[in-house]
Amino acid sequence: MSWETVIGLEVHVQLATRTKIFSGASTAFGAEPNSQACLIDMAMPGTLPVVNHEAIRNAVRFGLAIGAKINQRSVFERKNYFYPDLPKGYQTTQLEAPIVGAGEVEIRLEDGSTRTVRIHHAHLEEDAGKSLHEDFHGMTGIDLNRAGTPLIEIVTEPDMRTAEEAVAFARKLHALVTSIGICDGDMSQGSMRFDVNVSVRKSGDPLGTRTETKNLNSFRFMEKAIALEIRRQIDLLEDGGTVQQETRLYNGDSNTARAMRTKEDANDYRYFPCPDLLPVEITEDDIEALRASLPELPDARRDRFTRDFGLPDYDAEIISASRDMSDYFEQAAEHAGDAKLAANWMLGEMSARLNAEEIGIGKSPVSAAHLGQLIQRIKDGTISSKIAKQVFDACWQGNGSPDEIIEREGLKQVSDTGELEKIVDGIIADNAEQVAAFKAADEKKQKKMFGFFVGQAMKATQGKANPQQINQLLQKKLQD
Amino acid sequence: MIDLTLTELKDALARGDFSARELTAAYLQRIREHNGTLNAYITVTEEQALAAADASDARRARGEAGLLEGLPVAHKDIFCTRDVRTSCGSLMLDTFNAPYDATVVARMADAGAIMLGKTNMDEFAMGSSNETSYYGPVRNPWDTARVPGGSSGGAAAAVAGRLAPAATGTDTGGSIRQPAALCGVTGLKPTYGRVSRWGMIAFASSLDQAGPMAHTAADCALLLQAMAGHDDKDSTCVNEPVTDYCAALSGDISGLTIGLPEEFFPDDLDGRIADATQAVVRVLEQRGARVAKVSLPSVALSVPAYYVIAPAEASSNLSRFDGVRYGHRCDDPADLMDLYKRSRSEGFGEEVKRRILVGTYALSHGYYDAYYLRAQKVRRLIRDDFKRAFEQCDVLLGPTSPELAFALGSKKDDPVTMYMADVFTIAVNLAGLPALSMPAGFIDGLPVGVQLIGNYFDEGRLLNVAHSYQQETEWHRQAPALGGTA
Repeated sequence: MSWETVIGLEVHVQLATRTKIFSGASTAFGAEPNSQACLIDMAMPGTLPVVNHEAIRNAVRFGLAIGAKINQRSVFERKNYFYPDLPKGYQTTQLEAPIVGAGEVEIRLEDGSTRTVRIHHAHLEEDAGKSLHEDFHGMTGIDLNRAGTPLIEIVTEPDMRTAEEAVAFARKLHALVTSIGICDGDMSQGSMRFDVNVSVRKSGDPLGTRTETKNLNSFRFMEKAIALEIRRQIDLLEDGGTVQQETRLYNGDSNTARAMRTKEDANDYRYFPCPDLLPVEITEDDIEALRASLPELPDARRDRFTRDFGLPDYDAEIISASRDMSDYFEQAAEHAGDAKLAANWMLGEMSARLNAEEIGIGKSPVSAAHLGQLIQRIKDGTISSKIAKQVFDACWQGNGSPDEIIEREGLKQVSDTGELEKIVDGIIADNAEQVAAFKAADEKKQKKMFGFFVGQAMKATQGKANPQQINQLLQKKLQD
Repeated sequence: MIDLTLTELKDALARGDFSARELTAAYLQRIREHNGTLNAYITVTEEQALAAADASDARRARGEAGLLEGLPVAHKDIFCTRDVRTSCGSLMLDTFNAPYDATVVARMADAGAIMLGKTNMDEFAMGSSNETSYYGPVRNPWDTARVPGGSSGGAAAAVAGRLAPAATGTDTGGSIRQPAALCGVTGLKPTYGRVSRWGMIAFASSLDQAGPMAHTAADCALLLQAMAGHDDKDSTCVNEPVTDYCAALSGDISGLTIGLPEEFFPDDLDGRIADATQAVVRVLEQRGARVAKVSLPSVALSVPAYYVIAPAEASSNLSRFDGVRYGHRCDDPADLMDLYKRSRSEGFGEEVKRRILVGTYALSHGYYDAYYLRAQKVRRLIRDDFKRAFEQCDVLLGPTSPELAFALGSKKDDPVTMYMADVFTIAVNLAGLPALSMPAGFIDGLPVGVQLIGNYFDEGRLLNVAHSYQQETEWHRQAPALGGTA
C-alpha cells in the first residue's frame, strides 16, 4: 500500500500597518538596530500596550476575504517564555478567542483540478525582535525594531496531501493578503513565513506523528523542505523506525534540515488573558463596513479575466494572483485593444525581465500605456513582432515611448510592395544557384529551403520587411 | 507648618504665609532629621525639589498657580520618575533611572506639586509590613519597633511622621488602606481604571490602582482631582468624566445608608478594633446616616482567590526583569540560562520569588482550570455580592485591618498569617471598587483605621463621608512624637 502525506500550515503574515500592534513605533523595515523600538517595545517597567485598530481591521478584512466567521469579541492572551528577543518575557497573542474563526480557501492545481483547504482560525499577535549573532565576538546582539510588528497567524486544517498543494495554498494566500492590501507580500523581508506540519501514513490509517518545520520564507524552500521531510519520514518508517514529534529547522542553502527541539523540551507557555488589554469588540456595522471596502478578490478577478477577456485559465490564474499584475493587465489591455496579446507580453517578455532584475511589475520601466502602444503598433503592421522586442528593450532602458523609439530609430516595417519587390528581385538575381536548387526540389524540400530566402530579405532590410508581404512576393517569384 | 494639612498648606501658600521654597525646605529638613529612623524614603530628591519649588514660586508670582501649586509630595518608588532612581524596593532595579514619568507623576507635577523623593515599599509591592524591601524595613512613626504596614509603608510613615504632607501609593490588595490604618492617615484606593497605570510598575495588572495618602479626606480629594482621568496610554483607564471631588465635600450625610457587612465583623475580631469601628458608625449616625446590615458571603474566598490571581499576573509581569536590557545582571554569565537564573535569583527577594513560583504554578498546564479559572469565578461571585449590597446601601463600612501595627519581624517567617492582614481589603480589589481608610482612634497608642467602600466611581461620596466624620473628630490631626523641629 502506498504512503499518503498529510500537510497542515501555520502562516505568519506581517500586517502592513504604519505602526506596531501595541505601540506608536514605526514598522518600516531596515532601520538602524533599535532605532524603531520605543519604551513599550523595549518592555520598560511601567509601560502598557494600547492596541492598534488598523491591525484589527486588517485581521477582519482577511477573515472576510476567506468567508470566515468574525468573532465579535476576541481576547489577547499572554504566551509566557524567556528569550532575549522577547522583551516582556511573554508574547501577546490570541488563543481561546481568536479574531477570525473557521473559513476556507480554494486552491487550483496545475492540472486544473481544485481543492478546498479549511482554515481552522486566524489570530492576531505581535512579532518578536531579532537576535544578531554576527559581529559581537561571542556575545549576542538584540535588535528590537521588529518587536511588536503586527502579525496574523493563519492555521489550516491538515487538508493538503502534496508539496504542490501546500505551495499552491501558500501562493493563494499570498495573492489574497496582497490583493486586499493587508500585507506587502515581500517574502525576502519576512512578510510571510510558513511553518509546515508534515506526517505520513498508509492510506486509510489514522494520522501519523507529525513534525513541524519552522520559518520557511520562500515558496521554493517550502516545496523542497516538505519533499525532504516526506522522504525522511517514509525512509524512517520503512526501516522500521518511528517519527518523533519535533520541531525542525530547514537550511535552504544545503537543502538539509535538523531537529531543533522535541516534544519533551516543549515549553509550558502558561497562557492567560492579558490583563493590560480589554477584549477586542467589533460591531456588526464595523464588519459590514469592512466587507463593503474589500476590493475584488483574486478568484473573482480570475473568473472575470477568463469570461470577459477570454484569457486561458492558466494565464488568468497567474495574473489575478497579484493586484499589481491585474491592474497593469487591465490598463495594458485597454491601451492595446487586445487582452490576449497584453497577457502574452506580460507573461513572456515582461516576466522574464522582471524576474531577471528581481522587481515587481509595479516598478516596471515599461508602463502599461507603453506596452499597450507597442502592441497596437504590432497589430497595425507598423512593426513586426521581432522588431517589437527590440522596441520593448529600448523602452525598458528608458529611451522613450514605443512610438518615439520606432520613429527615432527608423524601425517602421517596410510594407511598400514596390520597394520590397525590388529587394526580392535582387535576392533572386544574386542567388541563382539556390534558386535553381529550389526549383528542382520537391515540395517538402522547398519548404525547408524557403527560409533561406526570407532570411536574406530580412538581412537586406535589417529586419524591417513586412514578413507577410515578403512571403507572398517570394512565393510568387520563386514559383515563376 | 509641617502639622498643617495639605488643604491648609494650599491656602497658606495662596495667602503668601510662606513660599513653596520655605515649605519644601522645612520638609527636607524634617526628612534629614527623621528618615534615618523611619527609613520612609529610598531616594530624596533635594536639589530637584528646591529647584521645582523656586519654579513654583515664580509661577505663583505670575498668577499661574495650579491645583497643587507648591505643595510637596512623596511618590511611592513604584512610579517611574524621569532620570530619578525607580527601584520598586528591589535590588533588581537599584540602578534603574526611569527614562520617563508615570502619568500620575506627570499630572501632579503639571498641577504644581513638588516631589520630595521616592518612598520605601515592599519589594514590587508584595508585602503587608514593608519588611520585604531591599532597602530595609520602614518603621512606624507611632512605635518604631513596629511595622507601618505595606506595601505603601514608606508613604504612610512619611505622611504620619510629617516627612511629607501627602504621598502617592498603590493598592493591589490593600497596600494603600492597610498602611494608612496602621499609621493613622487617610488613604484612598480609587475605582479600578480611575487613575492611569502608565508608568506604575505592574504587580498584578487587573488589581493595581494608584491613589492618594494624606492627613484628611479633603487632602485626598485635592490629590485625586489631579491624579484621576482618562489616559490614552492605559487601555484599562476608564473614559469617564472626573467628579469635582472637592465640591463633593459638603459634609452632609443625612439620609445616607451605611451597610455593615457581617463578614467584616467576625467573632474572632479584636474586640477593641470592633468597638472603634462601631464608634465611627455612631458618629455617622449622629450626622444623619442610617445603618443596614448586609452580607457578602463570597468575601470569605477573597484571600485564596487573590493569592492565585495576583501571583499569576505577577509571575508574568516580572518576566521582563531578565538581566538583558536593564536592571540587575549577574557577573560573568556562562550562558543565557545562567544569565537568567542568576540575575533573577540575585535580583529578587524571597517574597517576590515565592509569589513568582506560586503564580507560575497556578498558570501551568493542568492546573490552570483548577486555580486560575476558579479564582476568576470567585472574583465574579464577589463582584455580584457587592452589587447586591449596593442595592441596599450607599457605602459599606468595616475595619480596615484585623489588627494593629505589629512588631517588626513578628510575622516574617509566616507568610500565610501575613497574607491574612489583608483579609478586609482584598475583596475590594477583586471587585474593582473604590475604598478609603481613615483614622478612627487609638488603641494602646497605636492608630486604628476604618474602611469605607463605595460603588464604582463613587469616590466623591466616600470622601464626603470621611470628611463629614473628620469634621466631627480629631484623630486625623494627631501627630506621633518623633522629636526635632516642628
